[in-house]
Amino acid sequence: MEMRQDRTFKIMLWLGGISFFLLLLLIFILLFKESLYSINAFGIKFITGKVWDPVNEKFGLFPFFVGTILTSFISLFISLPFSLSLALLLSVYYKEGFINKVLSTTTELLAGIPSVIYGFWGLFFLVPLIRKVEIKLRIPPYGVGILTASLILAIMIIPYISSISKEVIKMVPQDLIEAGLSLGSTTWEVVKKVILPYCRSGIFAGILLGFGRAFGETMAVTMVIGNSNFVPENIFSPANTMASVIANEFTEATKDIHLSALIQIGLWLFVLSVIVNLIGSFIVKRYKIR
Amino acid sequence: MENTILKIVNLSAGFGKNWVLKNINLEIEKNKVIAIMGPSGCGKSTLIRCINRMHEITSGAILEGRIYLDGKDIFLMPPVAVRRKIGMVFQRPNPFPTMSIYDNVIAGYILNGIKLKREERDRIVEETLKKAYLWEEVKDVLYKRGVFLSGGQQQRLCIARALAMDPEILLLDEPTSSLDPKATSMIEELIIKLKKTVTVVLVTHNRAQAARVSDYTAFLYLGEIIEFDKTSRMFTAPKDKRTEEYLTGKFG
Amino acid sequence: MNLKRRILKDKLLKILVIFFSLSTLLPLFFVLFTVVKNGIAAIDLKFFTSLPVPAGEQGGGILNSIVGTFLLLIIAFLIASPFGILVGIFLTEVQNKFTDLLKILVNVLQGVPSIVMGIIGYLLVVKPMGGFSALSGGVALAFMMLPVVIKNTEETLRLVPSYLKEASFSLGTNYTRTILRVVLPAGMGGVFSGILIGILRIAGETAPLLFTAFGNPFLNINPLKPVDALPLLIFNYAMSPYEDWYKIAWGASFVLIMIVLILTIITKFIVRRWKTQF
Ligand SMILES: Nc1ncnc2c1ncn2[C@@H]1O[C@H](COP(=O)(O)OP(=O)(O)O)[C@@H](O)[C@H]1O
Ligand SMILES: [Mg+2]
Repeated sequence: MEMRQDRTFKIMLWLGGISFFLLLLLIFILLFKESLYSINAFGIKFITGKVWDPVNEKFGLFPFFVGTILTSFISLFISLPFSLSLALLLSVYYKEGFINKVLSTTTELLAGIPSVIYGFWGLFFLVPLIRKVEIKLRIPPYGVGILTASLILAIMIIPYISSISKEVIKMVPQDLIEAGLSLGSTTWEVVKKVILPYCRSGIFAGILLGFGRAFGETMAVTMVIGNSNFVPENIFSPANTMASVIANEFTEATKDIHLSALIQIGLWLFVLSVIVNLIGSFIVKRYKIR
Repeated sequence: MENTILKIVNLSAGFGKNWVLKNINLEIEKNKVIAIMGPSGCGKSTLIRCINRMHEITSGAILEGRIYLDGKDIFLMPPVAVRRKIGMVFQRPNPFPTMSIYDNVIAGYILNGIKLKREERDRIVEETLKKAYLWEEVKDVLYKRGVFLSGGQQQRLCIARALAMDPEILLLDEPTSSLDPKATSMIEELIIKLKKTVTVVLVTHNRAQAARVSDYTAFLYLGEIIEFDKTSRMFTAPKDKRTEEYLTGKFG
Repeated sequence: MNLKRRILKDKLLKILVIFFSLSTLLPLFFVLFTVVKNGIAAIDLKFFTSLPVPAGEQGGGILNSIVGTFLLLIIAFLIASPFGILVGIFLTEVQNKFTDLLKILVNVLQGVPSIVMGIIGYLLVVKPMGGFSALSGGVALAFMMLPVVIKNTEETLRLVPSYLKEASFSLGTNYTRTILRVVLPAGMGGVFSGILIGILRIAGETAPLLFTAFGNPFLNINPLKPVDALPLLIFNYAMSPYEDWYKIAWGASFVLIMIVLILTIITKFIVRRWKTQF
């Protein structure tokens, strides 16, 4: 009886593992299958096409690709000095104590605020601010647009990048750091010559995963990007990202081809996130082994 | 031999392709303390883990030969049944951290889903803790968690946990190696008293301990039993040169 | 001379690091301040106990979305925790190429954008069942919660010392009971906080709900019908053109942040308190 119980239990464990695998496979297959209609209809033009016009059944995701890439890169760029400073501060300069407590709590809270609240806040706080800037610059004062979305995104990915980078920096062997210091180097020189070289690829992984976060982020972006289906002209232009166009149009898509096109965008987001996360977690894992 | 409780026949065991034990033959008499002594790494733990079929849990474990408990082949019984008849205490005290002292004593019953009446439970806990000479020290803190005890107390709790199942044989794998001298001598005294109710197989690399507590001693060297004899005889007149060298501290 | 320069540079960069780090307090402060200020102004008892009213009418509350949020979280919890714990145990107990692959896939699933999870909930539940429902929203959220539960379970159980397992086996306990009654309880603190962290991750999610739970101005506890949720309500109201609805959205934001905050504190408490000593 006891042995039979064990056999059943082991079978259950395997079933759990296998069904998890099948579930992921199912996700991919479902996304792919539902995208097929639009893949067949537009082929490669779906990716290169610059026009997204559901009414006339023209679907090209290029404008959203540009929107996604712009917001992700700008937000990464903005957040980097903050994220990396935080990582260094928490892992090198103030490994414990009051300042550490305050700032690690800050990052935790920043990570915990729901995306939709960032978006709401952006709508009421950042958008008017940007509008004022735009008036000063004598450009159309939309307030919403690429830059606004990037600013919000930057705030949202700071905790993400800083916590991964912090973990990576913490894996630098203490004796290496002490060796550096004992040779008469200043803390900064140790950071630059010992810590950063040691962690370069790990921090890169952190940034990559932060990028993964940024391009998949939906709500906050949807709320402040202006939802325009045209290729953005500059960083103040209203636009759409791949994620935000899905959020905007999915429930309103009455035509099958429109729905299929939106799901195909989702498929690309899925594929992109898989690639980014595979590379990122592979690098981070190599650190853990070392 | 009269009164044989455990008989090991042509036992070989190891890991992967590496045979650690080579053709072990051993007969163990009931209600005696048998010491298995030998330098570290010679296969003592592997040997006693074969006796209660714990060896098989390790991935890559290999095994050949027979072991008879009361004349019955243990490899033909379900392993869980064997383990209930042959208790084991490990090198490091390992009470269950989530359980109280009380629950630790009857852990075997709890984990095996054996239902006991309240009075019966109380009786087993008290009797076993008394047997393990722990009752006086813990009777007021029975519902505290076991991990808060001292190392020696924890080890006696683990002995109690094994005794509560009323085993025929108790396997002790260097039970005092992580304890201080005072706790060690308490456990040694306990072992001597235990043989009234249970046969004890004690693994030790401490020669003096083997001499103090055991009736028989087996000297294991590089996976083979070099010599097996009454302890008093082996320590005064070892037959094999290697035993003599070991006892006089030439190696190990 | 040179040394002075180096020390100066060191100090300067330290100040820079501190400056950049401390300035992250600013957005946190602004967001929290805005939400708390506007939120408290919007909240009274009726806010919690009444349903939304049409635009233009006074009053209206968020009872339906509070109830809906809890319904969604419960559904996600009921799906993701047993399944996640099972897969977590599987990954600790079995080591081969397949489980190596699964571990990678867990990370991959964790990185999938939340809007894609929404599409999956739609394709998996809404489409076959022919309508939006709390169930589909719960499924989409469960997908987001799952990798967190799996990872935490696996990492915690890996830390449970093998000698406990041995002790259990040596008492004649079979494998099943050893895992369920010794290993799992020893790691319970970690498993439990994994579940809480998972809930925390999904509590504020909107994107997976847009075309699954969909929203519903009425009180509903039927898992097969659409429900509203706090994040969904915040989004819909914030994007509306009505002033009074912004007020309600602020109130809902405040409530949502409080829920998240309380969950965070509980999680931290449990992580610290339930940490089993070995
Ligand atoms: N799990 C294992 N896998 C492979 N080899 C092992 C394992 N456990 C023990 N061994 C090897 O078996 C030999 C005997 O070990 P052991 O029985 O623990 O010795 P002792 O208890 O006498 O110190 C040692 O050489 C050890 O390296
Ligand atoms: Mg040993």
